[in-house]
Amino acid sequence: MVPNDRKYTREHDWVKIEDGIAILGITDHAQEALGDIVYVELPELDSDIAIGDNYTTVESVKAASPVDSPVAGRVVEVNEALDEQPELLNEDAYGQFIAKIEFAEINEDALLTAEEYEQLLAEEE
Amino acid sequence: MRQSYKLIFERSHEGRRAYDLPALDVPAVDAIPANMKNEAKLDLPELGEVDLVRHYTNLSRRNFGVDNGFYPLGSCTMKYNPKINEEVAGMFEDMHPLLDEDMSQGALRMMYDLEGYLAEICGMDAFTLQPAAGAHGELAGLMLIRAYHEKRGDTERTTIIVPDAAHGTNPASAVMAGFKVKEIKSAPDGGVDLDALREAVGPDTAGLMLTNPSTLGLFERNIKQIASIVHEAGGLLYYDGANLNAIMGIVRPGDMGFDVMHINLHKTFSTPHGGGGPGSGPVGFKKHLAPFMPVPVLVEREGMIELDYDRPDTIGKVKMFYGNFAVCVRAFAYIRSLGGKGLREASENAVLNANYIKNAMRGVFDIPHDRICMHECIVTPTEEMMEKGVHTTDVAKALIDRGYHPPTIYFPLIVHEAMMIEPTESESRETLDEFIEAMKEIASEALTAPESVKACPKNTPIGRPDETTAARKPIVRYVKPE
Repeated sequence: MVPNDRKYTREHDWVKIEDGIAILGITDHAQEALGDIVYVELPELDSDIAIGDNYTTVESVKAASPVDSPVAGRVVEVNEALDEQPELLNEDAYGQFIAKIEFAEINEDALLTAEEYEQLLAEEE
Repeated sequence: MRQSYKLIFERSHEGRRAYDLPALDVPAVDAIPANMKNEAKLDLPELGEVDLVRHYTNLSRRNFGVDNGFYPLGSCTMKYNPKINEEVAGMFEDMHPLLDEDMSQGALRMMYDLEGYLAEICGMDAFTLQPAAGAHGELAGLMLIRAYHEKRGDTERTTIIVPDAAHGTNPASAVMAGFKVKEIKSAPDGGVDLDALREAVGPDTAGLMLTNPSTLGLFERNIKQIASIVHEAGGLLYYDGANLNAIMGIVRPGDMGFDVMHINLHKTFSTPHGGGGPGSGPVGFKKHLAPFMPVPVLVEREGMIELDYDRPDTIGKVKMFYGNFAVCVRAFAYIRSLGGKGLREASENAVLNANYIKNAMRGVFDIPHDRICMHECIVTPTEEMMEKGVHTTDVAKALIDRGYHPPTIYFPLIVHEAMMIEPTESESRETLDEFIEAMKEIASEALTAPESVKACPKNTPIGRPDETTAARKPIVRYVKPE
């Protein structure tokens, strides 16, 4: 159920590494917990992000949730479709990224494998 | 009684009037150049007087305030605002803020004394009444922290630490004041995780923002340790006064080690919440922050209160004139009506009422942190209710049908499905019992007839609006059909 082509944070975000680019998004569990997502505050293109920075805020009918970046680097692409259709994150959390970051540094210690993340989900149940 | 819920534009009928302008009795002058004239018809609603009066009277009857009923909106301290406050505020209504100091000694004395009372209640050295609301107070307080570090040449202190259970205004204010925000995880009981705090502090720490009792309505037992961790790292402690109603006359932020704080007069000191008037967020601080306080500073010289602008290190004015003066008068009236003993009793009863509700909720709803709470408690729907599809939002809607304003829901974020109930000291035991009965009814209906709970509210003009579409595609302006 949890794709194993990427890694996860304990805060229910995913990161997929492709050619020096970190692709960031939120997990299916995260969208489920948030409920209907109504707005995604996308980071600015070319902005510099440090590890632990809130690179985006995902707003649902229940709450606004800041999301921390597990990597440091420069924003090279954002998923502009989310501007008009934030519900895409509800529909396909693993298929929709939020931002792509050309990273210089990555906080590997904080990342979980798909298996470890599934275990975390089971523990939190 | 069934009422019609038309907009005033929809009631418009061409040619109707509630008022006629008198005939022009001076020569007409056409002074506006033709190219600057707006020739379009001024499209205002046209109604007769009786229709106009009915429209607004009916609107006002659909309002719900603490004067209508129980309003346990957690973290907002919706206490009753005694009417004597209004009477006292009325005594100042003919004053102008530009009156000379010697002609406004009464007003200045009131402000000076109020600053003193707030300082005494909070264990601070001084207060300013200028900030216009709680979040404005946060901003002013953080500007004091910034000025303090900068004056010492300590310019690397650019980070404010905020626990993840904090009010959303805390990180927002820190960013507004030019700081970076570092969020730290809470301990399982919602308090500050001391290890996480130790790890977070460093040479970049400007301060920590904290509320005590915490947003979970629990007293932060480690406050002394927290204060020393932050102070030893060179940072300052900011107290968010949102939950002050739990501790008046019992424990003081200044004694807990806080350096600077704000108070929401509209929460703890019974001034109107929005709608009925502006807020007020006085900021208190210890001596080491006094040089930076906003001007003018009220000082007493030979029995006269003067406005002192001669403060070279001030952060400047944060509000025109002297803050929301009329709101301060109401808080002054409240403090003088209750006195020290009365304020302590208010806090004691606020805590007692919250615990009374919390204990009555045992076995009805889940209580994630079941220990003695402060002025508010958090309950959540049980597993069984949620299996039937009844969630926090449904319980809140069902309360509306029973004549209550719902509690704060889905906050704090760290508690799943939170309902935060703050009864305040204003309520009688009978009111609390009726509310408890309503909660029990809803809980039992959630198990036996969940569909009925999910269909609430049934007695309101609008039942369940499509909140998702409203948030995703808001229509914020009425467009008249062609």
